[in-house]
Amino acid sequence: MRREEINVAVIRVGGTNCDLETKRAFEDSNMKAEIVHFNQLCREKDLLDYDILVIPGGFSHGDYVRAGAIWAKRLMARLGKKIRQFVDEDRPILGICNGFQVLVEAGLLPQFEGISSFPEAALGTNIPTGYNCRWVYLKLEDHSHCAFTRKTASKRVLKIPVAHAEGRFILAREKKRKQLEKLMENHQIVLRYCHSNGETANDEYPSNPNGSLYDIAGISNPTGTTFGLMPHPERAYFGWQLPDWTRNDGPPTFGDGRFIFESVAEYLTKKF
Amino acid sequence: MTLYIQRDAPFQICEIKIIEANNKQLLRISQELGIGLSLEEMKTVRKYFTKKDRNPTDVELQTIGQTWSEHCFHKTFKGTILTPKGEIKNLLKTFITKATSELNPSWCISVFEDNAGIVDFNNEYAIAAKVETHNHPSAIEPFGGAATGVGGVIRDILGVWADPIACTDVLGFGPLDYNHNKLPLGTKHPRYLFRGIIAGIGCYGNNMGIPTVNGAIFFDESYVGNVVVYCGCLGLLPKSKYAKNAKAGDVILLVGGKTGRDGIHGVTFASTGLTDKSEELSRSAVQIANPIEEEKLKRAIIKVRDHNLGSAITDLGGGGLSSALGEMAHRFNCGASIELNQVPLKHEGLSPWEIYISESQERMLLFIPKENLEKVLEIFHHEDVEATPIGELTDDKVVKIHYNNVEVAALDTDFLFAPPTVKRYAKWNDDLAFKEPILDEPDKLESYLLSLLSSENIASRESIVRTYDYEVKGNTVIKPLHGEFGGPNDAAVLKPLTNSWKGIVVSSGMNPRYGKIDPYWMAASAIDEAIRNNAAVGGRRIALLDNFVWGSPEKPSMLGSLLRACEACYEYAKGFRTPFISGKDSLYNESSMGSVTPTLLITAVGIMPDVRKAVSLDLKSPGDLLFVVGQTFPELGGSEYYRLRDVLGRSIPKVQVIQARTTMEVITRAIDSGLVRACHDISDGGLAVAVSEMALSSDYGLDLRLRNVPRADSIDRDDFVLFSESNSRFLVEVPKAKAKDFESTAGSVPHAAVGEVIESPRLRIYGLENKKVVDASTVELLTAWKRGLEDAL
Repeated sequence: MRREEINVAVIRVGGTNCDLETKRAFEDSNMKAEIVHFNQLCREKDLLDYDILVIPGGFSHGDYVRAGAIWAKRLMARLGKKIRQFVDEDRPILGICNGFQVLVEAGLLPQFEGISSFPEAALGTNIPTGYNCRWVYLKLEDHSHCAFTRKTASKRVLKIPVAHAEGRFILAREKKRKQLEKLMENHQIVLRYCHSNGETANDEYPSNPNGSLYDIAGISNPTGTTFGLMPHPERAYFGWQLPDWTRNDGPPTFGDGRFIFESVAEYLTKKF
Repeated sequence: MTLYIQRDAPFQICEIKIIEANNKQLLRISQELGIGLSLEEMKTVRKYFTKKDRNPTDVELQTIGQTWSEHCFHKTFKGTILTPKGEIKNLLKTFITKATSELNPSWCISVFEDNAGIVDFNNEYAIAAKVETHNHPSAIEPFGGAATGVGGVIRDILGVWADPIACTDVLGFGPLDYNHNKLPLGTKHPRYLFRGIIAGIGCYGNNMGIPTVNGAIFFDESYVGNVVVYCGCLGLLPKSKYAKNAKAGDVILLVGGKTGRDGIHGVTFASTGLTDKSEELSRSAVQIANPIEEEKLKRAIIKVRDHNLGSAITDLGGGGLSSALGEMAHRFNCGASIELNQVPLKHEGLSPWEIYISESQERMLLFIPKENLEKVLEIFHHEDVEATPIGELTDDKVVKIHYNNVEVAALDTDFLFAPPTVKRYAKWNDDLAFKEPILDEPDKLESYLLSLLSSENIASRESIVRTYDYEVKGNTVIKPLHGEFGGPNDAAVLKPLTNSWKGIVVSSGMNPRYGKIDPYWMAASAIDEAIRNNAAVGGRRIALLDNFVWGSPEKPSMLGSLLRACEACYEYAKGFRTPFISGKDSLYNESSMGSVTPTLLITAVGIMPDVRKAVSLDLKSPGDLLFVVGQTFPELGGSEYYRLRDVLGRSIPKVQVIQARTTMEVITRAIDSGLVRACHDISDGGLAVAVSEMALSSDYGLDLRLRNVPRADSIDRDDFVLFSESNSRFLVEVPKAKAKDFESTAGSVPHAAVGEVIESPRLRIYGLENKKVVDASTVELLTAWKRGLEDAL
């Protein structure tokens, strides 16, 4: 498959609000991206016509109940079958911020034993509490297994912003240790918050901006095709989006977030 | 005599016996209906209905009350003002819009006529801008009041068919440590208001996905009783899609949220002072926010616009349907006929007049040519947004309201939009009570600098700004918090189009402390500050927005002070060649603690040809020179330094407009020529605070010699040079190799190299006698600056 043939569905419902910039990032990486309303996917369009499914950031359905919970239920109720097929065929799914929350609530991540009918993890209220918009450093952990980070990385530390109030990745207390080991064993821990020098954040605020377990910022399913992360790579795609580009005589062309989009393009062009 | 008679109808509809009423009864009616009309106005109403030979319904009187309120009609600004020097007709035309019409710039597309001001961006697109106040609702219910303030101003932008791309917010609170025992009954503590208002602003912008990119927070005792909340929004619209050609026969389509009893009499509430009864009486005047509804609404409206399906649009704000419908019918020289039964309701039991004036949020009115209606309804259905045809425009210049097929109101738009002109008195006495204090010059300026950095008006706003998503949409090029240390950038720069480097620059200026001394120089300073903040990052071709927050215009001294500010607005907008494109006044900011400090917010919207040339404030490279551009005068009246020393003073900063304009132009030219590595405006806290901010935002330090600072002869003290707040001044970092070019660019504008960027992260300042007066590490500066507000909270 050639890059230009890759069809990306950036889906939305009421309250989704990062669809445009996410589409722009895919398009700049030479893929075909389309913003599709969830209603359209339920009525007249077919999810299986797309090669990548993207759930962008926002406050889907107001994030009432729990962040991402309402959309996750609707997603699996209306499109569960097709999503399963999508996952089984190793087609990539990306959830950014609210999208990550949706994937976890839908049981699509972490997928310890395949897609789960209940959430196996959660993105809890930040510690310290409150909405937090800031640039963070991310360490690439087991990235070569994941479709969205498999490209040979020129850097091990990425700089990408977060903006959320519920991004603290947690596991059920009684299963925490075992499940964390399992995540490591399966190479599912893709991104961790770290200090600017690349050392693990070790739960230190603000390097770890939300108190996430094991500084986890993004995980994939065991096959590496479904990936969710709290940081927003589409906001760090171009050099002029960086918070300190004025230090140089003009911005660099690209920021670290581009790596995510380039990786998945490479994955698809090689695999299919 | 009973003044109210229930009409023979199967629902609640009253006839009010106004024709028979005497003057006393007229006032009673105004009071009992809560419509806030004066005797003069009630008499005009009586005359109208006497001529019609019938009595009005409650729907009609309510409609008149809403339309003629200060909030909707701005009758003070449009009224006649008697001063000792003579009569002024229409403040707005005499001062504010006069500057614009005299400058008459070709790039202004729509000023002071639509829901927002509109200026050119590039060949294809225009920028829409609007700033609103939402003080009264926020004083009663801070979260809801502030959130709906943001929601309202976003709808103003949608109300000119523009896509909202950024929000701004400027807030004024009482001191956070205000003594609880001193709070009057019914007034909420500044800390409570602070938390609620900030959460409300964040909630609306974040949920809708519109970045909050610029703002300010001021603390002042007078804001204890009168909290100040300004909400602004910028939008982008394709010029060819700016449809406003509604005509008789077009369908009136009510879209968005349902109508409920929230927000009844909001405008009447906004047009009087606050009392200890406000909570009880006016809680229902505060609306309930639902940003997700507005997000969907926005999508649908933009789609209708892009397909050219609408002929006009407006938002439902103050006065609800009654004022929006009347205004639109009047604007297009039409009448209207609607059926209130069609309006989707949140709950049963609303009387017709309540439906008609409710200010429930997230609603807009679209005008749709009949042949497009089906397509438009489909678009709204697709976005899960309710859209209901409620009537159509007619050709008779009468607004007719029906309920259950019974006519409940029929008002001539010509009458509705020609209320009696109000006459008010203004006087301004230069208060000689303000005296310049005699202060000793302290030895240790360092401790004063550190105290200033952590003082509540200067300290870092990081803990607040981080609760606003300023990155969403991915177009924020220069951010409110800069780089690793969260330095305070002067303005935000946005890159709204994917395929163009052109940018929008937004900044603000506000100096309430100067307003205590003289509103004229306060206004001049606010204009200068907004423009220089804009210029400091690379903005030019600046348009201004004015937002007045004043006390009751029925007090001659208040109106006199308003007049002074308006005079300055004309002088300086004209002098800087920066037209006003939109504005709003919020008068009657009165509480049992007295009037608000007269406060003028100036918002500046500029453009820049290439965002890659934008400049931030952090020091960039050791060895570079630091220039001061602009002259320093002994102007410490109302300064933060004086405040620290517990005096107000009198020597308020002035603006010499020709010099000031040339200074701004120098900065723009220097930035365009690539001579500027960093730039920061000098404002609150003066030179000392500005250099500190540049250093603490970077990894480097500064050596600074006050001797070299261009200054008036009359200024001969280190503390005055360091802390004077003279206007029109900048700090500019220039590479040594380009210093000559920079100096020739600066030309006749006072400028001098006053320091050098050094590798060592310290700020060292040498005084006029060359003695070291400040020596602090940037970490100390940063800690003091970041701690200020955290400690107060």
